[in-house]
Amino acid sequence: MPGEPDDALVQVRNLHVRFVSKDATVHAVNGVDFDLGTGEVLCILGESGSGKSVTLRSMMRLHPPRTTVLSGAIRVAGHDILAISDRRLSEIRGSIVSMIFQEPMTSLDPVFTLGTQIAEVIVRHEGTSRATARRRALELLDLVQIPSARQRLAAYPHELSGGLRQRAMIAIALACRPKVLLADEPTTALDATVQIQILLLLRHLQQQMGMGMIFVTHDLGVASEIADRIAVMYAGRFVEQGPVDALMRAPLHPYTQGLLGATVHDGMRGKRLFTIPGAPPDLEFLPPGCSFAPRCSRASAECLNDPPHWRHPAPGRIARCVRVQDAA
Amino acid sequence: MPADADILTQLPDLGGPAEPLLKVRGLTRYFKLNRGLFRSQRGAIRAVDEVSFDIRKGETLGLVGESGCGKSTLSRLIMALMVPSGGEVIFDGQSVGPGGWSLKEYRRQVQMVFQDSYASLNPRMTVEEVIAFGPIVHGMTHRDAVSRAHELLAAVGLSVAQFARRYAHELSGGQRQRVNIARALALRPRLIILDEPVSALDKSVEAQVLNLLMDLKDEFGLTYLFVSHDLNVVHYMVDRVMVMYLGRVVEIGSVDRIYQDAAHPYTQALLASRPLLDPKRRRTEPPVTGDPPNPVNPPSGCRFHTRCAYADAVCSTQVPGLVPIAKDHAAACLMTVPGSGHHCAPAMAA
Repeated sequence: MPGEPDDALVQVRNLHVRFVSKDATVHAVNGVDFDLGTGEVLCILGESGSGKSVTLRSMMRLHPPRTTVLSGAIRVAGHDILAISDRRLSEIRGSIVSMIFQEPMTSLDPVFTLGTQIAEVIVRHEGTSRATARRRALELLDLVQIPSARQRLAAYPHELSGGLRQRAMIAIALACRPKVLLADEPTTALDATVQIQILLLLRHLQQQMGMGMIFVTHDLGVASEIADRIAVMYAGRFVEQGPVDALMRAPLHPYTQGLLGATVHDGMRGKRLFTIPGAPPDLEFLPPGCSFAPRCSRASAECLNDPPHWRHPAPGRIARCVRVQDAA
Repeated sequence: MPADADILTQLPDLGGPAEPLLKVRGLTRYFKLNRGLFRSQRGAIRAVDEVSFDIRKGETLGLVGESGCGKSTLSRLIMALMVPSGGEVIFDGQSVGPGGWSLKEYRRQVQMVFQDSYASLNPRMTVEEVIAFGPIVHGMTHRDAVSRAHELLAAVGLSVAQFARRYAHELSGGQRQRVNIARALALRPRLIILDEPVSALDKSVEAQVLNLLMDLKDEFGLTYLFVSHDLNVVHYMVDRVMVMYLGRVVEIGSVDRIYQDAAHPYTQALLASRPLLDPKRRRTEPPVTGDPPNPVNPPSGCRFHTRCAYADAVCSTQVPGLVPIAKDHAAACLMTVPGSGHHCAPAMAA
């Protein structure tokens, strides 16, 4: 995108991700561009299959290399993620860029204690002694507000509740003070009263450590609790980007408008819910034009030929829709 | 013998409009825990503990609570998919079991839609076979059952020509849930238990299914028990709300009372934990700290006292009962009981 500073913490340009197998090629991400500034929280909002998690995983090249075709450019804190060697990549993972996942139980190793798992990261990246690493592990458990941290160091993942497991995973991810934290729906599997605690913790830590964070979610409510900026994703493309306040108050793209109208919130009782007809397109056979056109009530002939370009209706706000007018 | 097509209409109202459609009295289910490696875990999980409530004819009762609160166990107990450890279920004035409704008669009138739309469909049956299966078991001819399946597919918004011969794996999540709803309707039930019916769906599809459920309720004269962890969806869908915590009912009341004037600190915390869709009103402090405790060792007294901001000494020893606090509103909290010993409780009436 023109006009963005070159020294952004994360720069993604024209990212394409395809999954290739004998039977099919799935176009999961189809030309994504964005920047993330230091200390900024970007939420990628989308429904299942929109490519939001695939985009996130590309930031650390976590896809199986044999079946994945990545193209475009990803720069994270000056490192060219798509070009560097595997060896260099594993040095960056955890120390420069770290990730937390939706299911803490499957992301933690069931046969090692929390203390061992946290210390392992520190020893590996910083070459400290085990004793130093364990001391740091204890500090980290305090940092993520795990009560009676000293006993928990010796606990196995199955002995913890879902909320504590997610806190432990955050501790591992932050062990080497990464510059960028990638969060893949980290609160989706949690109960309501625990979800808000984890969101507040993440926001607190992100601000305290000055990290950039990319937070993937399908939940508008979660995004409005944590984001500085929101990017709405549909069928492998960003369709709208903007600051959280403005985007939630007055969405530009018909898909974002539909999503907001279909999300049940206060004051909707007794009214009929707005729905988006149909279902997202098959990523094997994307339509040539705007991917949302087949479901869009305002689609016209010009939507069907080529994917719409970005329109810039206001500073900081962009949308890929022919109906949106550029600012004069 | 009536013609086959006349069988399986909705059964008549026996008790009259004042009789609740479903009365649950003291329903309890323990799960024994003497398994474990080396039989290390003993005791029992009280998944559902002395739960009593009514579902009125024609209403939608919402059941909310976090994981482990017993809402799914309670649904399965009502559906008679599980044998209770104690208590009883009374449907339209008659108990379920010997001397009352037989299981087959009862299940004709009470049906269920599960959260996992894929796991609840037989992968080797086509959509029309899945829907026609129940009516055939209840004596309908194959031809009539299939034609009913086709009517129901149309009623849930799926085109017969396109979907009747498909298998579950050929459908999207939203389409599968529509099939599950059609199957639940096939026996013309009076009560449908909806156990997290939209939790696995994307928001745009969730709205479609919620609209459909509202329409079907009127069209088929249904009563719903709507189980969900999503308080916004519950607010939208239901007439009354029941809140559970660790196997017990902590509050029950009309949707307006609960959402505007919740009495139990847990209900208040649950409501305050909802994301607001308003970036200008972000919270800085969580409404409640900690996770729900493990149901194997629930706290003594009021089970919420370990996380409650108002907890007093008496809360850890005395179990609060569900007591009425206003019209159509009851809560299980010692703060609402005069003379309970809690420092916030109202004074005893002279």
